[in-house]
Amino acid sequence: MRTFTTNDLLFLIDAAQYTLLLSIASLLLGGLLAIGVCLLRLSKDPVSRIIGTAIVTLGQGIPPLVLLFLSYFGLALSGINVSAFGASCLALSFFTAVYLGEIWRSSINALHKEQWEAAESLAMSWGQQMIYVIVPQAIKMALPPSIGFIVQLVKNTSLASIVGVLELTKAGQMVNNATFQSFEVFLVVSLLYFAICFPLSVLSRRLEARLFT
Amino acid sequence: MAYNFQFGWLTVYWERLLDGAFNTMLLTLISCIAGSLIGIVVGLCRQRGGLLLRTFGAIYVEAIRNTPLLVQAFLIYLGLASLGWRMDPIPAAMLALTINCGAYSAEIFRAGFASIKLAQHEAAEGLALSRTQSFFYVILPQALRNVWVPLTGQFVLILLATSIVSQISAEEISAAASQIQSETFRSFEVYMVLAVAYLILSILLKLLLQGIGNIAFRDRAPRISLTSISQGGK
Repeated sequence: MRTFTTNDLLFLIDAAQYTLLLSIASLLLGGLLAIGVCLLRLSKDPVSRIIGTAIVTLGQGIPPLVLLFLSYFGLALSGINVSAFGASCLALSFFTAVYLGEIWRSSINALHKEQWEAAESLAMSWGQQMIYVIVPQAIKMALPPSIGFIVQLVKNTSLASIVGVLELTKAGQMVNNATFQSFEVFLVVSLLYFAICFPLSVLSRRLEARLFT
Repeated sequence: MAYNFQFGWLTVYWERLLDGAFNTMLLTLISCIAGSLIGIVVGLCRQRGGLLLRTFGAIYVEAIRNTPLLVQAFLIYLGLASLGWRMDPIPAAMLALTINCGAYSAEIFRAGFASIKLAQHEAAEGLALSRTQSFFYVILPQALRNVWVPLTGQFVLILLATSIVSQISAEEISAAASQIQSETFRSFEVYMVLAVAYLILSILLKLLLQGIGNIAFRDRAPRISLTSISQGGK
């Protein structure tokens, strides 16, 4: 048995890069999908709206861990050969799409109806209204909760350790198995997560405070 | 997709899933109630406390909200055991979920207490209520009503988060599902059933909490308006 050393710390920091990588990949893919979810939910077509609502109900009623299992085992069944990292990224992207989509939809809905009417009276098409009038205003409102959500996303990447992705939590488990100093190891792991998440939380709060002044 | 979905295993294993679902509900119930109590105390500390209480409250809330529940569960189950404080999986899971729920609901209650206007405190004082009476009869009921909707959302998130404590071998529904899939090798079907189970549980919980909210926080103000009294009490 050996003790927890600086080398282990470096190993954990190294693995934290994969936590960041998984977070960024899921954020980019999930963000793209979120636009789709948001548009489905805002759509005037009832069928699209029902599909959007169904997606959101599924995403918010099933735990991320179960989404991860479904993606991990489901992809394998359908004959697509993806790594644990790919399966985790897919599950976390879906999770991101649902929550970000809802945040963005509520930001757009929070705008006054007059904004749409004013844009329409300038003979703008629906797309133009969205791009030139609605989205620039909604972004300001959507930014603080979106950054707050990224914190949730970073924390949920820890679930990828369960299907074997070597990220921060998995690395922590490995060091723990070698040293048996569980308390110290997981305290350091927590601190590393905190170092990633806390600045984002503060940024989210600052932006929100600025919104209301 | 050339794959035959088979759900025959359900006839053999459904009781295990049901037992697991019971534990999931128990974990959710206890950690939501205990977590809310922590949330009320810490929320009050952060809203009204002195510098020391405010600082401790802030450290607790930020530490929990900026680290993953999975790591918190490892820290409590494995970490405390390595320091010599051994716990069974279910109590450890309950403790982890309660501490987690406490931090999130503290923020919700802080906002709730902040939403009570100064006039309410003054009115309570004017009725010669003590500080304790004023808190329990005037401030807390109104704060609870104001935060009920976000609190409901938080409780549903806790229900979903209970899946994570399967990783410290707490015997809830996800752990039951993992055991079943390792015995039947029907991983995808098992997790589909698990997903449906969570969907049903979360929708039921949401409806239940909305129902409680509707009954408990009905507008208690007199239904007769002043004008109708002057018109003969119609």
